[in-house]
Amino acid sequence: MMQLWYAMVDLLPFEWAQPGSMLFMKNALLAVLVISPLFGLLSTMVVHSRMSFFSDALGHSAFTGMAIGALFGLNDPTWASVLFSVFFAVLFNVVRRRAALTSDTVIGVFASTAMALGIFLSTLGGASFTKFNRLLIGDILSVEPGKIGILALILLGVAALWLVCFDRLMLSAVHPALAASRGVQVFWQETVFSVAIAVVVTLSMTWVGLLVINSLLVLPAAAGRNMARSMAQYHLFSVAGAAVAGIAGLMTSYHLGSSAGASITLYLALFFALSFLFGKKS
Amino acid sequence: MRKIKHGRLAGGCSDACCLKVKDLSVRLAGEQILDGVSFHLHCGEIVALIGPNGAGKSSLLRSILGQLPCSGGSISFSPAGGPAIRLSDPTHTFPEERPLVGYVPQSPSFDRGDPLSVLDFFTAATSRWPVFLPIPKRYRKRAQACLARVHGEDLLDKPMGALSGGQLQRVLLALALEPVPHILLLDEPLSGVDVEGEHQLLDMLDELRTQYDLSIFLTTHDFATLEHFADKVVLLNKRVLCSGTPAQVLSSPEFVSTFHLRMGKGDEA
Repeated sequence: MMQLWYAMVDLLPFEWAQPGSMLFMKNALLAVLVISPLFGLLSTMVVHSRMSFFSDALGHSAFTGMAIGALFGLNDPTWASVLFSVFFAVLFNVVRRRAALTSDTVIGVFASTAMALGIFLSTLGGASFTKFNRLLIGDILSVEPGKIGILALILLGVAALWLVCFDRLMLSAVHPALAASRGVQVFWQETVFSVAIAVVVTLSMTWVGLLVINSLLVLPAAAGRNMARSMAQYHLFSVAGAAVAGIAGLMTSYHLGSSAGASITLYLALFFALSFLFGKKS
Repeated sequence: MRKIKHGRLAGGCSDACCLKVKDLSVRLAGEQILDGVSFHLHCGEIVALIGPNGAGKSSLLRSILGQLPCSGGSISFSPAGGPAIRLSDPTHTFPEERPLVGYVPQSPSFDRGDPLSVLDFFTAATSRWPVFLPIPKRYRKRAQACLARVHGEDLLDKPMGALSGGQLQRVLLALALEPVPHILLLDEPLSGVDVEGEHQLLDMLDELRTQYDLSIFLTTHDFATLEHFADKVVLLNKRVLCSGTPAQVLSSPEFVSTFHLRMGKGDEA
């Protein structure tokens, strides 16, 4: 698989695309091509159901999961982290349903608890926090083919979820009681979607960086929303914008030596600014 | 507006009776929301539910929809000539036996910029087609036919957020009518709708009621129009304070003491 990809990239007229050289850059490009549509797709529902603060909190809980995994001496704490953030996502949905608090208060409570717990666990016994710095900034150039494979499977999973559940997810976000009157199990829809975000955020945090990951879940669709008049256009703009910004951001980071996650985010911000200035006038 | 009154209002209950709510009690988080509520809703009849804010009007609608568990009493539905089906406990009946209940919720909020067209919304709610993909012609035609029932064909490509109050109610109504339900519930359909939209909507309900022999149950705060369209009015404040024809309820002492208003005829003297 990877050989095929390398052979294809070798045809590109870039200095890093020379055959046999800079495999990390070619891996990173493939990873970006998988991650950006993934975030572009999830982004549409994050923005539509006003969950941008929630997805931010999930990033925090993923970090806590990493800290717990590291505490137990796991070599790769990613899976412990996935489990923890899935648990967090489900717990959050249950609490939100039960509590007489507004959602943003419940999220604030969860996010700050998760962050504090993560920092507490990772600094326990005077341990240095610096080993977690790479999670905060992210490093897409260190992505390995195996991880890209996992991300590609997740992308297929989210695409399948969208094909099967998108209508019901969208109706649940628009009006829960109306959705329920048409046979939609609103609680399960919300939970499945939260779990999907939790898994995606946790698995891509190492490459994109915790500090900017939420911008990938908000900006593509926020820009798409400025221009789209239907759901199909909304998805097209969001996914295409994310992919273009992803590739442009990676190239910029190669030439300037900056963080790829941050560069991608800046391109998305530019995309948003342009869509705001030249988008539909309502 | 109304020419004929289709429902039978005589005391007792004929075979045509559709929905029976009997001694319904609902508790939510330890608070009694509804207490011993009883009334009947007949085929082809428009019944208006009135009451102060917090009286449990929306909760009563949600109980009929099976979305709120009831702590006592029952809700049952008798189709013409068939055996009664209990609705109050959704686990007792299979979904296919349950009557279809159309629901028009209290004006949901759509942002002006929401990239959701009426066609998207309609297709998402009535089909399995994932609406983030371009929508095929056959779904478009179907949505158009459904909107035609409420004279809203021209709304198909408008964004949901750009609809006026009356237009939004018509789209939601068209959705509640697909498939044509046995019972139609509307939560505050007249709020946020201008006078012209209100007349249009009420005429439409009247048309639908006779065309499909629907039972229509709606909540409202608009007492002035009650006499024009409602066959029966139920005054609710956790329990049924009074029910009967609009004239009876509007001139009842319960109505006067609940709203501190005198609407009934014969009070002018």
